[in-house]
Amino acid sequence: MPKLQELQDLTVQVRRDILRMVHKVNSGHPGGSLGCTEFMVALYNELMELKEGFDMDGKDEDLFFLSNGHISPVFYSVLARKGYFPIEELNTFRLIDSRLQGHPTTHEGLPGVRIASGSLGQGMSVALGAAQAKKLNKDSKLVYTLHGDGELQEGQNWEAIMYAAGNKVDNLISTIDYNGQQIDGATEDVLPLGNLKEKFEAFGWDVVDIEEGNNIEAVIKGMKEAKSRTGKGKPVCVLLHTVMGNGVDFMMYTHAWHGKAPNDEQLENALSQNPETIGDY
Amino acid sequence: MKKYIDQGKNDTRSGFGAGLAELGRSNPNVVALCADLVGSLKMEKFIEENPERFFQIGIAEANMMGIAAGLTIGGKIPFTGTFANFSTGRVYDQIRQSIAYSNKNVKICASHAGVTLGEDGATHQILEDIGMMKMLPGMTVINPCDYNQTKAATIAIAEHEGPVYLRFGRPKVANFTPVDQKFEIGKALMLSEGTDVTIVATGHLVWEALIAAESLEKQGISAEVINIHTIKPFDGEAILKSVKKTGCIVSAEEHNYMGGLGETVAGYLSTTLPTPQEFVGTKDTFGESGTPEQLMAKYGLDNQAIEKAVLKVLKRK
Ligand SMILES: Cc1ncc(C[n+]2csc(CCOP(=O)(O)OP(=O)(O)O)c2C)c(N)n1
Ligand SMILES: [Mg+2]
Repeated sequence: MPKLQELQDLTVQVRRDILRMVHKVNSGHPGGSLGCTEFMVALYNELMELKEGFDMDGKDEDLFFLSNGHISPVFYSVLARKGYFPIEELNTFRLIDSRLQGHPTTHEGLPGVRIASGSLGQGMSVALGAAQAKKLNKDSKLVYTLHGDGELQEGQNWEAIMYAAGNKVDNLISTIDYNGQQIDGATEDVLPLGNLKEKFEAFGWDVVDIEEGNNIEAVIKGMKEAKSRTGKGKPVCVLLHTVMGNGVDFMMYTHAWHGKAPNDEQLENALSQNPETIGDY
Repeated sequence: MKKYIDQGKNDTRSGFGAGLAELGRSNPNVVALCADLVGSLKMEKFIEENPERFFQIGIAEANMMGIAAGLTIGGKIPFTGTFANFSTGRVYDQIRQSIAYSNKNVKICASHAGVTLGEDGATHQILEDIGMMKMLPGMTVINPCDYNQTKAATIAIAEHEGPVYLRFGRPKVANFTPVDQKFEIGKALMLSEGTDVTIVATGHLVWEALIAAESLEKQGISAEVINIHTIKPFDGEAILKSVKKTGCIVSAEEHNYMGGLGETVAGYLSTTLPTPQEFVGTKDTFGESGTPEQLMAKYGLDNQAIEKAVLKVLKRK
């Protein structure tokens, strides 16, 4: 088990990666990426059971699907730093002829990605299929997903949520990035989500709240709790309470940085709040 | 050839926003809907001036199309706004049944069409939308070329009874059509007369066609350039008249060459006056991340691609 300090150092480094990636191409989505950094670092380095290397089928290992594909910066950084592809490749984010497309794809063959995402609301359905394939294969490993909270406004999620419980897909842990923000403003103002916990429970899911979604210890503890609830006949939902733009003071508590890159000065300021730890790419 | 001047680069989506704002003032029945992309669609002005006539749907495009259809029952003229991909492929059956088949007066306004949305990449870059929309019976399909024309088209479609698909884009491009030019649905515009070859272009490729024609002129080739902003209903007569004179044609669009403007042209000419044609469009491929200029070049959608197609089709005359 990696020491807590190592995970914390990695978290800061991933934040730097995110900021530098979006700054370089003056596009991309830092807000949601920063808010999910602790979760993604913990998932890939502490929670998931992974094989060496990458193959599409991912038999006998845990799988992860990023449904809110716009937070590709955090996904790419975590994958690269886990060894799926060279970290220097982060330099090519959103450039022409790159494997690091604006939204994750399988089309360019980037290791670590098993489905395209970017058009919201589709990831859970795919994860359900993969989870059921695992059952058919007598593969006891788990399927993890991540979704935006605004993304839950897409009706397809609720088809999937109903199906998951109805078919007892209990090898699935779906996490919601519960940051209360989306493009046009607070989810509460755009289209209120209501009581998400009660909604998932009413649909037959087991729900775990992680109140401190940007505290890596709390994330690990909560996710281990979620894992302990798998295999009991119900899909498991994690409500991960996060702050969009976490770790960069001027990006926090607003939707403004959902899809906007920092300029030179802002980057310098943001990086100074996150000093280099294990080394920039 | 006739010279056109770029009055200053601007995005076609801003033309939509300006047209919608004007409609807000002139037509009390116009209502607007958006699926969490108000800023991208430039709808702020309409919302500011007519908050009670704006419906924020959230990230739920299928629901938006149904609500829009319902709003027409009661005399409203709904304008829906989201990216072209989520305006079409995402909601095809909702459009098909609740809007097209039910003949509802909904204006589907689609931004960020084609590869020129740039860095977001292929998941967002739809290159099949003209095809999907033109295949729906009763659907009018419009793809204006610049800011002024998009603004005029937005205003014009409010007067048209029936479903409309209005396609525009994200990047700032040349704004060269006259500011006061009236928009006539279904009427192709002759931009520059010529005798050797017809170039019929739509959307962002109209400006590229003009640049290509200028370069061809220097090589002694006289190209006729037609701006066909409406793909359906199709102004076949304008095309027929032109190719009778030139004897060959190049179609140009920011869309898959399958299913788009080019095939409409070919289909029409094959039954009236079979004519050698070359297609400028994407070649049955998805797009990718990059800058608009890089992508236009890589996917063969810029003036050089048009010029090449002209040189090729001339040999087939
Ligand atoms: C089907 C679809 N509709 C619209 C969009 C445009 N879009 C991208 S991200 C986003 C907001 C997502 O909100 P949320 O899931 O809460 O993510 P966050 O902003 O918190 O990162 C929207 C509307 C999209 N990518 N896909
Ligand atoms: Mg959110």
